[in-house]
Amino acid sequence: MNWVGKRFAFLFKSTKGLILVGIALAALISAFFGMLSGPMADWGIKDVIVRFFGITLVESEREGRLVILYHVIAMIVVAVETYMITGLLPMKENQKVLINSTITVGYLAAIFGGLPFAYWGHVWAFHGIYIAGLSLIFFAGCVLLYALWPWRKEYRITDNSYAHTRKGVPLERVAFFAMGSATIISALFGAIPGSSFGNGFTVFLAENVVRVPHKSILDLSIIGHLHIMLALIAICCALIISRWMDFKGVWHKLAMPLMISGSLVLAMGTWLVVPFEAAAHAIIYGGSTLAMLGALFLVIFSWRKLIREGLARKGIARGNFFQKVGALLSDPLKFGATWQMVFMNFTVSGIGIFTAVKLDEIFRQWQFMDERSILTGHWHILATLTATILLMYYADLAGLKGKARQWFSWLLIICSDLAFGAVTIYEMRRLITPEATQQPLINTTTLLGDIGIIVVLLVLAILMVWRLTDLFKKKGRWTIESTQSIVENEEGIK
Amino acid sequence: MKKLLLALSVLLLLVSCKPVDLDAAIPVFNTGIDANSWAKIPAGEFLKGQFEEETLIDYDYEVMATDVTNDQYASFLNEVTSSGEATLDGERIIGDYPGDTFNGFRHEEEIPAGKYLYIAINDPAVRLTYDGSTFASKTGYENHPMTMVSWFGARAYCEYYGWRLPSELEWEKAARGTDNRAFPWGDTTSRNIANYISSRDPFENMTSFGSNTTPVGFFNGKSYNGYQTMSNASPYGIYDMAGNVWQWTGDVYPDQHYRYMRGGSKNHYENTLRVWVTNNATPTFTGPAVGFRCAR
Repeated sequence: MNWVGKRFAFLFKSTKGLILVGIALAALISAFFGMLSGPMADWGIKDVIVRFFGITLVESEREGRLVILYHVIAMIVVAVETYMITGLLPMKENQKVLINSTITVGYLAAIFGGLPFAYWGHVWAFHGIYIAGLSLIFFAGCVLLYALWPWRKEYRITDNSYAHTRKGVPLERVAFFAMGSATIISALFGAIPGSSFGNGFTVFLAENVVRVPHKSILDLSIIGHLHIMLALIAICCALIISRWMDFKGVWHKLAMPLMISGSLVLAMGTWLVVPFEAAAHAIIYGGSTLAMLGALFLVIFSWRKLIREGLARKGIARGNFFQKVGALLSDPLKFGATWQMVFMNFTVSGIGIFTAVKLDEIFRQWQFMDERSILTGHWHILATLTATILLMYYADLAGLKGKARQWFSWLLIICSDLAFGAVTIYEMRRLITPEATQQPLINTTTLLGDIGIIVVLLVLAILMVWRLTDLFKKKGRWTIESTQSIVENEEGIK
Repeated sequence: MKKLLLALSVLLLLVSCKPVDLDAAIPVFNTGIDANSWAKIPAGEFLKGQFEEETLIDYDYEVMATDVTNDQYASFLNEVTSSGEATLDGERIIGDYPGDTFNGFRHEEEIPAGKYLYIAINDPAVRLTYDGSTFASKTGYENHPMTMVSWFGARAYCEYYGWRLPSELEWEKAARGTDNRAFPWGDTTSRNIANYISSRDPFENMTSFGSNTTPVGFFNGKSYNGYQTMSNASPYGIYDMAGNVWQWTGDVYPDQHYRYMRGGSKNHYENTLRVWVTNNATPTFTGPAVGFRCAR
């Protein structure tokens, strides 16, 4: 019993254990339910899975099922980001324990209530558990905001390397607080229509209604909700990576106000979708630009730092171009986290801007199903790219070193980018080939996308198996990590 | 290892660059379904949409039992080009349309009165031939659904014979009947009941050209050279209301220029075959997976 108790304590009480459990569950759920669609359905795997696990797929409930599945996965990611925040930022221990325990119970309830309800018949008690889970996560978010309150005296800083106000209020903490506040309010934009189900609101996927000229207020609320939640998860990820990289100096001072204003303006824009849909888009573009500029400054800072540290490790004072590139790539895990942010511009932001600019001229001349393909690919890539960044941070926390670190990082970077690139070409295929002659391009991009995703899932599985086997060791890494904070981990690497 | 990766990359590039032969020979089957037959839909309530709203259509109407075929559309083109009701403008067949009310709503495009595209005869995906005077079906495609036809071309066909495109409501009731089924034949689907992506029918080869249309009424319970089909007839005996090709419907809605299609297609997953799923496009859009049928 003691054997189980110690491991349970690691998995559910320590920050690293909690992150590990979250990532493992997200990976399992993504892999399992990913078999019910796309190429897996083409190959007949879906039919086998449905029969073997007794899954009930009622056709009219498909959209509802997907909404629950997306929420379950998103809640795990939100929980993982929350663990990282409570681990990285100073706060009272009792607050940290309350936040982590509440959000853990919340997302587990969302999983074990939501998925059985969505995929294995309708026992309404499970739906209640799912809703209770979401509510607990919301409550944990409120407590997190209270704990983060940046204007408390004890959190003031004097170190001029980090952005702060004249009174010493740390702007990075303000950025976390602004992002968190926007998240909490934006959650309501989903919760209110959700609670109106059957009373003026019915479930839908936003990509299916983009061409509908007149949408109801509740529909607009949902559209704003899903856009901002994904954007805020990405901003939160960038802020976490800022801490990981020990972001500071002039770039930090430039970036943090942009992150704060970007989060707030972006959120404001998506909220304004409800009353002023047309004007809201301009505000959203403004907020996105601010946040993306903040992320760009993080990239500039981190690459300069990686080059500096890489050259120092080799004993080179001032390297030439190739030595600098070599130094930049010498720790692919840290390089990869920010490279993925750059890559996001090619596969998400760039595509999004191009589509918006050429919407009526090109994309609205196509049939709706082709436009939907772009929308679906667009947000899948954004969500998965964000996940790979968090995964790189976790791999560092998990103590991946040496050749394993190199292989893990490069496979993750190359194969995920291969998949995202292939999906980008797939979703934009009408620009390249007419529908009648699309099959060779579809086959190639699907194959490349599948290879990329499979390798990513494999390296993730290997990481998880490594951590699983570690749990069976008497003095495994888990014994150290049980009491180690993620900030200590950072210092350890330095 | 490096050589293997290089070889694999070159192979992939070659596969993706390999042109699709749109005129490759296809199997020819007589489905035994009469493309000139109609099905009667009696007046009464039905359950509309995913959330099953009780909706009344208070008149009887008829819907074609199959999609309009290439042969039928070729005959139509021969008639209207002879009579001058449609004209050849370069490589396009065009005809008159009285225009829509334009409100200048966001993204709305004006459709004023004028001549609009029916089909572009030089498009290699069109399954018709034109020798300068006569339209005919390409060999093997005679009983396949007419595709690459715009909404204007579909509407003109129906109106020429005194019919019309079905409204979305009429189409949905014809596909669903009066119960809450998701597909015209019932609640679940299988590969030998309709033509959708990777449905593995005899007209599909996903490693080369991809999907192709199946003859109208192909999925009727018959066996074709050992390929056993199940009937996909709707409760009113209408075939291919799900899969094969999207079908233009007749509604013109305010504040938008889009025209709506129903039924899913050979190029899309089975979830698009559900009776309430819609696709839409500008009325001049043509596609190899877009056809139509008429109502009266």
